[in-house]
Amino acid sequence: MARKLPRKDVVVIGLGWTGSIIANELCDEGLDVVALERGPWRDTATDFNIGYAPDELRYNVRQELMLRPAQETVTARNNADQTALPMRHFGSFHPGNGVGGAGVHWAGITWRFSPADFRLRSHYTERYGAQSIPEDMTIQDWGLTYEDMEPYYDRFEYLAGVSGKAGNLNGQMQEGGNPFEGARQREYPNPPMMQTYGPTLFAETAAKMGYKPFPIPSSLLSRTYTNPLGVTMGQCTFCGFCTNYGCANYSKASAQTTVLPVLMRKSNFELRTLCEVLKVNLDSSGKKATGVTYIDTSGNEYEQPADLVILCAFMLDNVRLMLLSGIGTPYDHRAGTGTLGRNFCYQMANQVVGFFDPAKYNFNNFIGGGATGMAIDEFNNDNFDHGPLGFLGGGSTRCAPIGAEPISRRPTPPGSPTWGSGWKKAVRDSYLSNLSVGCEASSYANRGNFLDLDPTYTDRLGRPLMRITFDFPENDLKMSDYVTRKVAEIVRAMGAQQIDENPRTGHWSVVPYQSTHVVGGTAMGMDPSTSVVNPYLQSWDVPNVFTVGANVFPQNSGYNPTGTVGALAFRAADAIRSRYLKSPGPLVHA
Amino acid sequence: MTRNRLAIAAAAALLVSAAVPAILAVPARADDQDFGLIERGRYVATAADCVACHSVPGGKPYAGGTALQTPFGTLVAPNITPDRETGIGNWTEEDLRSTLREGIGRGGKRLYPAMPYPAYTRMTDDDIHALWSYLRTLPPVSNAVEANQLPFPFNIRLLMAGWNLLNFEPSSFKPDPQKSGEWNRGAYLVQALGHCGTCHTPKSALGADDNDRALQGANLQAWYAPSITADKRQGIGNWSVDQLTAYLKTGANHQSLASGPMAEEIQNSSSKMTDADLKAIATYLLDQTPSAGKAPGPLAADDARMRTGGAVYTDTCMACHGGDGKGQTFLFPTLAGSGLVQADDPATLIRLVLDGSRAVATDDRPTGPAMPPLGWRLTDADVAAVVTYIRNSWSNAAPPVSAGDVAKVRKTLAQAN
Repeated sequence: MARKLPRKDVVVIGLGWTGSIIANELCDEGLDVVALERGPWRDTATDFNIGYAPDELRYNVRQELMLRPAQETVTARNNADQTALPMRHFGSFHPGNGVGGAGVHWAGITWRFSPADFRLRSHYTERYGAQSIPEDMTIQDWGLTYEDMEPYYDRFEYLAGVSGKAGNLNGQMQEGGNPFEGARQREYPNPPMMQTYGPTLFAETAAKMGYKPFPIPSSLLSRTYTNPLGVTMGQCTFCGFCTNYGCANYSKASAQTTVLPVLMRKSNFELRTLCEVLKVNLDSSGKKATGVTYIDTSGNEYEQPADLVILCAFMLDNVRLMLLSGIGTPYDHRAGTGTLGRNFCYQMANQVVGFFDPAKYNFNNFIGGGATGMAIDEFNNDNFDHGPLGFLGGGSTRCAPIGAEPISRRPTPPGSPTWGSGWKKAVRDSYLSNLSVGCEASSYANRGNFLDLDPTYTDRLGRPLMRITFDFPENDLKMSDYVTRKVAEIVRAMGAQQIDENPRTGHWSVVPYQSTHVVGGTAMGMDPSTSVVNPYLQSWDVPNVFTVGANVFPQNSGYNPTGTVGALAFRAADAIRSRYLKSPGPLVHA
Repeated sequence: MTRNRLAIAAAAALLVSAAVPAILAVPARADDQDFGLIERGRYVATAADCVACHSVPGGKPYAGGTALQTPFGTLVAPNITPDRETGIGNWTEEDLRSTLREGIGRGGKRLYPAMPYPAYTRMTDDDIHALWSYLRTLPPVSNAVEANQLPFPFNIRLLMAGWNLLNFEPSSFKPDPQKSGEWNRGAYLVQALGHCGTCHTPKSALGADDNDRALQGANLQAWYAPSITADKRQGIGNWSVDQLTAYLKTGANHQSLASGPMAEEIQNSSSKMTDADLKAIATYLLDQTPSAGKAPGPLAADDARMRTGGAVYTDTCMACHGGDGKGQTFLFPTLAGSGLVQADDPATLIRLVLDGSRAVATDDRPTGPAMPPLGWRLTDADVAAVVTYIRNSWSNAAPPVSAGDVAKVRKTLAQAN
């Protein structure tokens, strides 16, 4: 029997980026907020000690910061005719665990989505006609515009101290910035990161080819910065240990380095770590949440009553909790009914590695960072004419040396021996003279890609695991092939002797790491028949439940998601503060 | 005359109005309706940082219980809430006065100078009266504290009569008429309420303040509290009044971040004091100029210890503190030109490398960054080398540190943990 605890105004599930932003905003409103975090407390000096923070074996190979599959995992299959099996090791993506969540181990690349992204179906329909969108491609509009999002992007960028160069200030194009971005109200809070040789060569070559290179917007900071909450962050040292690692230098924006120092001091905020939420409780009408039930590591169950429940866990957990709690109607892909679990998308990660003459080129890939580098956007989204191409979408092309982890990163030119002294020689010859240029590309929703509860496999508590049914749609594979060839042209022009082209091909596999940019499942929108939450991230079915995370994306853009997730958190918080609290109930009437 | 002037200055600083002169006239019995007096007493308690010793973390304020490790044994600060059984509920104001002014508590019980009566003896009568009025308003907490946990023979309180004879004389604060009111207010806060010397003034073999070297730095509880005089090398003589005020108010300034016992002081006490009082403290401290000792020359850059230390520094310290030792403001302290770094006694520097430390977080500077512990990966020789390197780079100059010095600190920390 669950022990019933005293009521709180708000319960926040998960204390990562979105949970800490929302909790901080709602505490400022005077509400009594409790956050329930499945994992442990994590803090810079104690958990990301500079003496062991860059330990590849510990953090990358053994995934110390990640969720342990024994505690919770997912099952996966490529299509509905297959039987899904559990992932017993997180490969393709890395769900975080503990305070800070995946925001602890992210790379730091911080984009705004493009204006067309937010009205994607309308945009393609207007430009190419309705027939350009394949029948099984269920892309849709977000129910808001870029202009609606702009103030919240601004808030997130200033919170995180993003280092970059504006391309469009209030409609005025800016030399050196991204010419394809939407208008922004002001410059980035910090100047761009310094560039190493590889990105410099990439940018020079791209410019000669007529492209417009610009610095990647980075939440690894180019200088010491104190954010609007008064929290100070440090300058990035280019140590090259960002993705899968916590930052030892207070240089990578995360909940720890931007919000928590302020939030944890608030007397109306309480954090309970190592507490896993089992479900959101509803009243007998099923239209009102009464709180949540959670379990601690001793197996004790607690009921935490609250007026407002905000799901801020990793996107897969947000979707699963709604499925387990009966909030929304599960998607049935055969009938095409229901919305919960629909429009699950991923990201198409494409890469070209160039091998240069070791006698002439030394890129010193040890100097790096998850978000340092140069980019072009000519092949992203609908920045190029898709009319004759037979596919939609694209990706952001960038030369971003993330570091040269010695265990996992040993590129060799195509045709090299795969073992023995010949392999060793190939590694040695190309270690400093290889350069990777990637294209992180869009993933468009498809009728056959979705999330639901697995009928067979359960977690240790007997709750069904989340089941992923996903494969790369033909549209996205065509797009990947096209953008990768375009990237290869640039790498060739940079002077590479040999090129290894790796467009995303074939079927999705759970084994190799691709990115943790899984999105969708509780799409946002203005139409309850195709969305789970409204544009303020409020459940259509249970208005005192909000969910904030990449799970609300209707499809994925050719940009990394965190900037948009952070902006959505500020927007949801603002809607709760300025509108919901005055009159609790639906913020949008469909 | 002088006392009245001081009282008026204090009253002005505290924004307490004409109530104060009237209070001086009333009998010692506290008026528990006198809000202004009680508020002022609360401020006196804050400036005197009573709560630091007389509470345990997470416990009821002033209910006692922090164990103080002295060279002579353990003392625990008693319960000073008005509980009749376990606190000071049956005390009179005169009992408090003689405790603070003479080190003699109710019933003639002699205090140990872990209670800083050698500083509080300079408290003004009206501050004591205000403090008494405030303490009477605290909710009584029943918490019996065994204050005297010293071993024989130090547990014999009467011994303190002899100690006092040698080391202590009840006195009062004597303003310097040559100095400004602000300077004298600062002097009062430093010498009496703030009892800065309790940590920062070196002690004699008997544990008494060595007032000839007042505020020039002292070692206690495995921390070296650095010089807070205007000494430019080992003290804070390169700081401006504003920079020192910012440090006391927010826990951080252009160069430094408070941690360890000073973090507690800032959290409980100085961050809650008025800007005018902090400025007065800074004005007084930065006017304390001891005769500078002979500065040692820096070690040669090609000294083997410097070469090893430089390698350890590059590997472990430079990412945060920078190749130039300048650090990053409000995040990583500046090592170049730091008094603490160049102090003759390197204990704090060594323990920071071994054990790490979290900087204080305040409303103004909430970050609270921390130095990570590195003792688990650096040998005593490594630590000695890197500390020696830091003390002798970027125009710093200080005596080298030996592996034996590090071993001693490591042992002390192991015992304390």
